[in-house]
Order: sequence, then structure tokens, then C-alpha cells
Amino acid sequence: MDKISLITVYPEIILLVMACAIALIDLFVRSPRRGPTYLLTMATLLSVAAIQAVYASGNQTLYGFGNLVVSDPMANWLKCFAALAMAATLVYARPYAADRDMLRGGELFTLGLFSLLGIFIMISGNHFLVIYLGLELLTLSSYALVALRRDNAVATEAAMKYFVLGALASGFLLYGMSMIYGATGSLEIGEVFKAISTGQIKHQVLVFGLVFVVAGLAFKLGVVPFHMWIPDVYHGAPTAVTLMIGGAPKLAAFAIAIRLLVEGMLPLAFDWQQMLGILAIASLLIGNLAAIAQTNLKRMLAYSTIAQMGFVLLGLLSGVVNGNTLSAANAYSSAMFYTVSYVLTTLASFGIILLLARDGFESEEISDLAGLNQRSPLYAGVMAVCLFSLAGIPPLVGFHAKLSVLQALVASGQATYIALAVFAVMMSLIGAFYYLRVVKVMYFDDPVTATTVSAGLDVRAVLSLNGALILVLGILPGGLMALCAQAIVKMLQT
Amino acid sequence: MGLLSLAIWTPIAFGVVLLALGRDDQARAVRWIALIGAIAGLLVTIPLYTGFQIGTSAMQFVEKVSWIERFNVHYHLGVDGISFWFIPLTAFINLVVVIAGWEVITTRVNQYMAAFLILSGLMIGVFASLDAILFYVFFEATLIPMYLIIGIWGGPNKIYAAFKFFLYTLLGSLLTLVALIFLYTKSGGSFDILTWHKLPLSSTAQTLIFFAFFAAFAVKVPMWPVHTWLPDVHVEAPTGGSAVLAAIMLKLGAYGFLRFSMPIAPDAAREFAWLMIALSLIAVVYVGLVAMVQQDMKKLVAYSSVAHMGFVTLGFFIFNPLGVSGGLVQMIAHGFVSGAMFLCIGVLYDRVHSREIASYGGVVNTMPRFAAFALLFAMANCGLPGTAGFVGEWMVILGAVKANFWVGFLAATALIFGAAYTLWMFKRVYLGPVTNDDVRGLTDINGREFLVLALLGAATLYMGVYPKPFTDVMDASVLDLLKHVAATKLN
Repeated sequence: MDKISLITVYPEIILLVMACAIALIDLFVRSPRRGPTYLLTMATLLSVAAIQAVYASGNQTLYGFGNLVVSDPMANWLKCFAALAMAATLVYARPYAADRDMLRGGELFTLGLFSLLGIFIMISGNHFLVIYLGLELLTLSSYALVALRRDNAVATEAAMKYFVLGALASGFLLYGMSMIYGATGSLEIGEVFKAISTGQIKHQVLVFGLVFVVAGLAFKLGVVPFHMWIPDVYHGAPTAVTLMIGGAPKLAAFAIAIRLLVEGMLPLAFDWQQMLGILAIASLLIGNLAAIAQTNLKRMLAYSTIAQMGFVLLGLLSGVVNGNTLSAANAYSSAMFYTVSYVLTTLASFGIILLLARDGFESEEISDLAGLNQRSPLYAGVMAVCLFSLAGIPPLVGFHAKLSVLQALVASGQATYIALAVFAVMMSLIGAFYYLRVVKVMYFDDPVTATTVSAGLDVRAVLSLNGALILVLGILPGGLMALCAQAIVKMLQT
Repeated sequence: MGLLSLAIWTPIAFGVVLLALGRDDQARAVRWIALIGAIAGLLVTIPLYTGFQIGTSAMQFVEKVSWIERFNVHYHLGVDGISFWFIPLTAFINLVVVIAGWEVITTRVNQYMAAFLILSGLMIGVFASLDAILFYVFFEATLIPMYLIIGIWGGPNKIYAAFKFFLYTLLGSLLTLVALIFLYTKSGGSFDILTWHKLPLSSTAQTLIFFAFFAAFAVKVPMWPVHTWLPDVHVEAPTGGSAVLAAIMLKLGAYGFLRFSMPIAPDAAREFAWLMIALSLIAVVYVGLVAMVQQDMKKLVAYSSVAHMGFVTLGFFIFNPLGVSGGLVQMIAHGFVSGAMFLCIGVLYDRVHSREIASYGGVVNTMPRFAAFALLFAMANCGLPGTAGFVGEWMVILGAVKANFWVGFLAATALIFGAAYTLWMFKRVYLGPVTNDDVRGLTDINGREFLVLALLGAATLYMGVYPKPFTDVMDASVLDLLKHVAATKLN
């Protein structure tokens, strides 16, 4: 019980050590593009991802530091994906950052590693405070990243907004946690679960705390009505940083939703499912409708994220039917699959925006993509694959993600859930409209500029691989689905 | 790899190769590769025909491999008498379209050809799927190439048309997706269509499922009143796009009725047959009248397609063997004839760049060979005996009269409208004196165009004179289907 069990946190330790080491080593790097720093960071990320994959394939649940952290297959796979996502992010981000004087110090890499460390701690946290610490590490790194271009007024404003709202959300979460602590007498997730299961704790106090926890989570996931920061921060932050906020951290947000709501407070499912239901409906509605009106691609993708997160919530809320947890594994694994495929698609779509951005040109208006097909059929193809996938058109991974979530809803057999499923597909029809509009701009409109799109070998390779993966996982989704299902089943067993 | 898989993936593989080839400076090579791909795609369907067992309603050439284990989804292919003919038909139309687009398309040739090849493979996949998710994946995936075909190579208002096409059809199929998932849970975790055929369902469930399927398939057919997307899309689509849309894509919807709606919800299908028959008759009569007043040739043929597809759905929902086989024959015949009609308009459009009937007159004087083909297809479109158009319509009317005299009577009157609008268009475009300089300067069809029209003309005549190979294949499956639909599935 009180064993330290360092093995569970080796990846975190490696990350921490390397983040510090890279910060120091970078002082001696003179090249403006930070080649050595970049390579070291990549090596760190890839080896951490490899270690996590090895851990995950062991299919074991280990606890460390007296149950403060847990290393189960869900955590290991999510951490593996998060590390890969961060690696892809940095590959896409480097040329963009170099053009914008954001690589003067190695902060982009160091902060990226620190935010990944925060993500890891969130995913592995088995204790309310540990999760909170991870969250703070992630968000503090993100604030700094958003403000990395300190001379840029828009970015600074976005950082300010992000900071104020993010602090508020953290406050919510902490307040909710303290309420639960007061009621159950423990901060450890397993203990909280046991305490609630006894059914002897006053329901009002628990639900009161739960409301704040859900509000805090909703903030981090970026669902309506706690979504205000998303469009502004996505828009205002340098695109490279937008991707760092919109990519890997979504995996962590999903993980803490599972840890807090499912592992900690499953007996309260009836209460939090209702809350998630309202959040999901509002997100699907507002996210999709507001996205139509956007002319800025980053803002549009921000609203699209809100709508997509609504789908994740739909997966989370269909787990417990009338107190019966039989379909829980099905529902939560569909949400996990959705989150992973969403992150994969987001990476490629922002990768394209970063690729098209040049010195002094942000390429963030939808019209900037005009005629991309004539300029570069490959990148237009990758972007089209992303957009069709986000719209949920087969044979792309987004279709299977939507399919599994809808299946979880319908499987509940509840009329309200089936109605929710119909509502969700109607909303994704609206969603299809604005995704198609971007495809239209790329394929049907004439290019404004004739400049060809050029990119380094690393960017080209990773971007092509990323796009191909969306297609391949769309054609053969079985493996990833089974992986998510196994991980969730294992998580529910403990 | 089975024969059906070959038929699906051969054109898709060629399409992917073409996409990888890139630039327009290799247009020549691209065209030849596309042609080889289309021919290969057609050739691999020949063993299907020679190996097809007539007289059984069982699925043939079955391939079944587990695909998505978590949801018990299989890569499950197979054809019976109902779906069989659409596979060679799709491959054939694809070949015709590739030849028809030969030198007409000069920009982004590789993407154009690839889109058609991939589209053709996907549509064959729709007809060959026996797993609902596989079906749905193919069904929806066809939207992507078609959206691009309309949007990139279409007419002046192409963007509106592309969006209308995509969103209209997506609306219907999304509701169907919910119905598919519902059936999956009802059947205890199976997406197998044949299992669903045997699944007992309550009356409410059947009604809901029937209308959810109706949303997707009626839009695709298209049935009145959800047909409004078709004329807009046809007008803006490039010639090849229109031909594939009319010849094959509309059939995906009609096929869906036979594979899903009728066998899975037979009680609901019988209960709402009156509605389907009413909508079909409106399509046949009212839309026929609408076609008569069109100024635009493509719009006219588009409305005529709606009317002809009305015959198809009418035939299906009178539930007798003549009607259902007639509907199927009509689907194939319409594939040849409507495809040919759109290609004829394309021939004129490439030369004069107008689709208005009023811009023409006396074309027969300058393009006699072309006018002869146009006459053949016009006659087939009005259902002249000896052409493909006649067989199906005649069978459907005969079946309808058996079921109910007045339904048959109304359907038969539509033949008159069909003749009226087609022949009147033919007269205004082709006959009479040459009216303007555009027509005076026309040159007759070249060898490539001749080949395209001759292929379609031969098919039209062959099917009109000797429809036996077509109906023979269908009979057993049609009878089996009707027997199945007649039995109740209520529990």
C-alpha cells in the first residue's frame, strides 16, 4: 500500500528531467531554428510514448505513491497518444514558430514538455489533489505559451482572457473537490467512491460539490455554457499554441472526466448524467450554429470543437441506465474512441493551417485556403480528409466515432436517449455544412496566390502520415476500438 | 480476394493511382490509365455473370470477413437476383463516362477520372453489401466524389448545386443511421442485413424504421415531394456527373427499398403501400407535366428521370412479381437511357455551350449521325416497344392493372406525357430548319462520341428486344422477396 512504486511514474520522471535538461541545454544552442533542442525534445517524446505503449500492452493496473497515482491501460494509452500528439504538434509548430521569432529561447519546447507532464499527471492522478496539480501545471504552461509572442496584442489579450477564465474554472473545480472532501472525508478517488457507495452521506452536499466539479470539467472540456474562452483563445493564440491547447489536452480532459465522475462518483451517475445531458445539447446546438457564422478558420474550428466535445459528453452520459452499469464500458469506450479520433483529426487540420502560414501571413481566414487543391493537391487532400472526418462522413475515422457514440445512446433503450441521438445527427447535418464550405473554398474556388506550398521533410512526412491515419483508421477502426474497449473495461474493474 | 471484392476495389485502386499521378501535363497518360481501369473494372464483372446461378434466391459469391469486431460488423458481400445487374451496369456506365470525358475535361484530369473510378467502386460496394454498416459506409462515401465532381467541373451555379446535393442526401441518410443502430440493438448485436430480414418487430418499431429508411431512400430515388434537389443538381453537374447520377446513383435509393424497407419492415411496407403508390403516381403524372414546360434540356431530362423512377417505386409497392421485376428492369433501362440522354445533351453543350432548347433547332441538318442516336434514345425514353424503356414500364403497368385498375390506368396515361415532352423536345432541338449560326457551324460527332453513343444504343436495343437475360436473373429472388413481404413479422 505504501510502496512508492517508482515504475508507475518513470515516464513522468523522464519528462521532468528532460524538460529541465532541455531548458539548460538550449542556452548553448545558437542555431535560430533550435535544431538540437528540437531533436532532443522529439527523442524524449517518442521514447516516453514508447515506454507508455509497453506499459499499456502489459495490461496491468498498478498504483504508486500510496495510491496517489495509477497506471492502468487507459492511462497508459492516453498518455502514449498524448505524447505522440505533442510530438506531432511540435513538428508542425517549429517552422511557424521560427518565422515568428518564437524560438528565440527554447521555451516552446520546454513549456510543451511541461504541459505534457501536466497532462500525464492529470491522466494518472488517482487523488483529487494530484489531478488538480496536474491541471494547474498544464494550464500555467499554456498561459505562458499563449503569451509567447509578448509583443502581439491579440495574443496577449487571449492569454489574459485564458488566464482569468482558467483560474475561475480551477477555482470551481477545487471548490467542488473540497465539498466532496468535506462530505466523504477523503481525497483519494477509490475512497470517495466507497464512501458514496455506502449511501449514508447526505445527497445534497454531494450534489452541491458535484455541480462545481462538473462546471470545472466543463470549462476544461470547453462545452457550453462554459465555452466562452475557446473561440477567443483559439483565435488569439499563435496557431502553433492553439494546437497545443486544442490537441493533447483534450485527452487529459477526457481522462479526468472519467477519473472524477466515473471512478469517483459513479453512484451519483443519475445526477451528473443529467448535467452532462444539458451541457451536451447546448454544446451541439451553439457550437454548430455559431460555427456557421465564422469567417476565421481558427474560430470556426473552435466552435466545431465545442460541438465535438458535445458528442464526447453524449458518450459519457449514456453509461448508466436506471442504475444499471451494464452498458458502461460500451459508452465510455465510445467516448474515448471519439476523443482520440478527434485529437488525431485536429492535429492534421491545424497542421495544414500552420503549414500554409508564412512569414507575416497567418493563413487563418477560411478564404486563405482558396484553391488549395490547385496549389497542392496533397495538402488539400489531407485537409479534406480532416473536414469530412469531422463531419462524420465515412470512410473516415470520424464516422466510426459518431457511430459508436450514437450506438451507445441507442443501446440504452431509453426513449430520451434515442431522441438525443436523433438530435445529435441533425446537429451533425448542420455541422456538415460548415465543414463542406471549407472543402468548397479549397476545391471549387480559384487560388488568390500562385505560390506553391513548401515544407520540410519532417512536416511533410508527419502530416501525410497523420492524414493517412485518419483514412486508415476509418477503413480499419477495429484495432483502436478494441483497444479503447479493453482499457475502459480494465478501468471499470478496479 | 473474391470476385465481388475485385469488382469493388479494381476501379478504386486505379483511382488512387491516378490521384497519386498528379499534374495536368500527364493528361494523356492519365486518360489511358483511367480507360484501362474502367475496362478492367468491367471485365472483372464478366465472371460474375457467367458464374451466376439462375433459379435460386440465395446470396451468391458470398464473402464474409470480420471487419469491426467490437460491433460485430463484417465485410460481408454477396449478390442475389435483385442486386446482380447493377454491378455490371455500374461498371459499364463508368466506362462510358470515362470515354465521354476524354478530351472534354482538360483541367485536373487525374482528379476527374479518379473521382469517377472511385465513385464506381463505391457504388458497386453499395449493391454488393450484406452488412448494414458496410452498406452505409459505401452509401455515404459516394457523396464525397460526387460533391467534388459537381463542385469542381460543374456549371455556373455549381456551388449551390453541390451543397444542395450533399446536404439533402445526408439529411436522409443520417436518420437511417439511427434506424440501423436501433436494429442493431433490437437484433441483439448484429448488423447483418439477412438476419434483420428475419427479425420480428412490433408495429410501431416497423413504422418508425420504415420512415427512417424512407427518409434516406426517397430522397435518393428521388420521390415526389423530395425530388427538388435533382433538377438543380443535374443542371449544374458536368455531363459525366449527370450521367452517373441518373444512371446509377438514383438506383441506390430504389435498391434500398428492396433490400431494407420492404423485407425488414414488411408489415409497415404493406400498411403504407398506399402512400408510396400515391407518391409514385404523383411523380409519374405531375412531374411528367412539369417536365413538359421546361426550357432547359437537362432540367427536362431530370424531371423525366423523376417520373421514370416513379414507375420503379410504383412497381415495388404493388407487391406482385410483374411489378417488382418491372421496377427492376425499369431501373436498368433507365440507367442506359437517362445516361445516354445526358451524354447527348453533353455532346451539344460541348459545341454550343447552351442547354436551352431555344438555342437549337434543325440540328439534324448539321449532325445527322448524332440526330439518329438522339432519336433512338428519345424513343426509348418514351417507352417505344423494341427499346429498353418499353419493357419495364409495360411490366409495371401490367402489374398495376392486376392490383388495381385505376392505378394502372393513371400510370399508363403517364406514357403519353412521357412521349409528349420527349418528342416535343426532340422536335424543337433537332427537327425543322436550321435556326441560328451556332447550329449551322456544328460538326457531327467524332469517333469517340460515336463509340459512347453506340455502346449505349446497343445496350438499349438489346434490352428492348431480348430482356430475358435480365428477368431470368431476377425471377427467383423477386418471388422470394414477395413471399417474405407477404408474411407478417409482428410478434
